[in-house]
Amino acid sequence: MIRFLFKGLLRDRHRSLIPFIVTATGVMLTVVFHSWITGVLGNSIEFNARFAAGHVKIMTSAYSKNAAQTPNDLAILGTDTLTRIISEQFPEMEFSERIYFAGLVDVPDLSGETRAQGPSMGIGIDMLSGNQAEIERLNIPSSLKSGSLPQQRREALLSRTFAEKLGLHIGDTLTLVSSTMFGELALYNFTLCGTIEFGTTALDRGTLIADITDVRDALNMADATGEILGFSRIGHYNNEEATNIASRFNKSYYSEKDDFSLLMKSLAEQNNMGFLVEYSSKLKGILVFVFIVAMSLILWNAGLLGGLRRYGEFGMRLAIGEEKGHVYRTTLMESLIIGFLGSMAGTIIGLAISFYLQTYGIDLGPMMKNASIMMPQVFRARITPEAWYIGFIPGVLSSLFGTMIAGIGIYKRQTAQLFKELES
Amino acid sequence: MNDEVIITIEGLKKHFPVGSGRFTALNGIDLSFGKGEFAGLIGPSGSGKTTLLNIMGTLDSPSEGMAIILGESVGNLSARASALLRKSQLGFIFQSYNLFQVYTVFENVEFPLLLQGIEASKRKKMVLDALEWVGLTDKIKSKPAQLSGGESQRVAIARAMVKKPAIVLADEPTANLDAANSHNILQTMEKLNRELKTTFIFATHDEKVIGYVRRKIFLFDGKVAKDEKIEKN
Ligand SMILES: Nc1ncnc2c1ncn2[C@@H]1O[C@H](COP(=O)(O)OP(=O)(O)OP(=O)(O)O)[C@@H](O)[C@H]1O
Ligand SMILES: [Mg+2]
Repeated sequence: MIRFLFKGLLRDRHRSLIPFIVTATGVMLTVVFHSWITGVLGNSIEFNARFAAGHVKIMTSAYSKNAAQTPNDLAILGTDTLTRIISEQFPEMEFSERIYFAGLVDVPDLSGETRAQGPSMGIGIDMLSGNQAEIERLNIPSSLKSGSLPQQRREALLSRTFAEKLGLHIGDTLTLVSSTMFGELALYNFTLCGTIEFGTTALDRGTLIADITDVRDALNMADATGEILGFSRIGHYNNEEATNIASRFNKSYYSEKDDFSLLMKSLAEQNNMGFLVEYSSKLKGILVFVFIVAMSLILWNAGLLGGLRRYGEFGMRLAIGEEKGHVYRTTLMESLIIGFLGSMAGTIIGLAISFYLQTYGIDLGPMMKNASIMMPQVFRARITPEAWYIGFIPGVLSSLFGTMIAGIGIYKRQTAQLFKELES
Repeated sequence: MNDEVIITIEGLKKHFPVGSGRFTALNGIDLSFGKGEFAGLIGPSGSGKTTLLNIMGTLDSPSEGMAIILGESVGNLSARASALLRKSQLGFIFQSYNLFQVYTVFENVEFPLLLQGIEASKRKKMVLDALEWVGLTDKIKSKPAQLSGGESQRVAIARAMVKKPAIVLADEPTANLDAANSHNILQTMEKLNRELKTTFIFATHDEKVIGYVRRKIFLFDGKVAKDEKIEKN
């Protein structure tokens, strides 16, 4: 009997192939969309984490109030020891000291007179200790347009357009004009060792990147740093983890009364990033909800049409002596099988497409050329464990619900009535 | 010869709700059928033929009065019991054949036996026998869409007869067929009636059918207007 019905199911494309395709398509779209949204929002969050916010960031309380101005006169002192201690205290995070600073880049001619000048946004990171973490985080190797990474002290990278505007070539000398931690004039010479381009206007206008030791020397910030960024060893931002660590940290280091007490902020707590983090989880919920509703409606209708088309068959099966409950159950079973197979196919195809988008990504650089917000250029999908069931479960359930609702018609009608409706 | 009574109908009424009131489709029917009858319910459209046939087939239930089919009272049967009765003792033939489109001729005829849980080898023999009765052994593998109207109706007859039911109820079985095919399937049914002692009850207004039946029950406005038996040799 089951085999008999299964044979019918396979032969009747309206019953098998079409719902299969509908389910598979819906599930596939959900999986791809989910991975894509997760990826894009994750990419944006990660991008901001890497270039600005960290997953968590430690600053002095006073610095944090004005963080956008990078007030290095309010820097953290005794960073060597501090970094060592917090690394032991929070082994789930990797900590990196960074100094963000503003200044002018001045290009002297042979006689020392200014030949060209431009405002610059500087970042001092660890590049010479042999630890590649920060270099990788800022994606420097693949952003390098000419020259090489700093190999020794007093070498710096500049944005490509900035270097061109200043008429600088690899090997040329440039002077950083800024102010020290104590408010005095700072002058420091660098050799241009390479040019970089991140593909984001906000970063490509006038960035100078140098080793943090040089920046400390330049700004007179021995054993001090503006910020300490923490990156989760999970590899991506997890709001719960970050919030948890921040509150543990602040309990022992932060005091409201002390301007120089240390304050840790999670990424979500820094400049509007909270919106992105929250949006990311809400959007997924909305997506799944919309999918279930839409799929159920489509499959319900498909089930209803299929059911109407099959009233003659159902009526005849009942007339021949099959029980109503059996007709109903076998119809549900059919849709369950189709829903299961369709959802499986949809999930597999969806994962395959997501995997492709995760590996190769889509370069939206040209569209982002003039975006002044910090956004990555290449967006990649990200497959999370959720992707395995986020389409699958709704796919199976909605095809089951669709048939269930449509099938109630069989129950509510008198058998004799099924024939009447068939004939009309 | 019709000594064993298998259907007894007394004071049968059937009302259908129509709008706020009700419509009486059967208005006090008293009838009985014996084993082996070949009878026709004859009457104009709307006289209640199909309604009566459906009640005798346990597809519908009486509003008033009673209908006893093979010892079971239709009004009191549970859904399960009526399904069981149909499965084992009743066969149906409809004007529009109602064959299962995705299944072959063989599979269509096999279905009632699958429901009964009959084992494969026995099933195959019974299906082939039934197709032999209706002369369709050469179309075993065809799909309904590939059959003519006459062939389709013969498959429907084989499907109704394969389990050798006590009663076959046929609602306008010739309405979609031409004269030659009508005579052909009527002769087939007459032969089966003779050989297997199956009771056939037709609902019809087709003169050709009326020419074959041995009992004519005229329905008019939900009542039996005339009930005459014709002795044939
Ligand atoms: N489910 C229903 N609801 C309301 N009225 C119905 C229903 N079924 C049948 N009727 C009415 O009952 C009457 C008898 O119907 P029935 O189908 O038994 O007629 P019939 O003799 O078979 O007619 P025909 O020759 O056209 O098939 C008709 O007037 C019909 O409109
Ligand atoms: Mg009728």
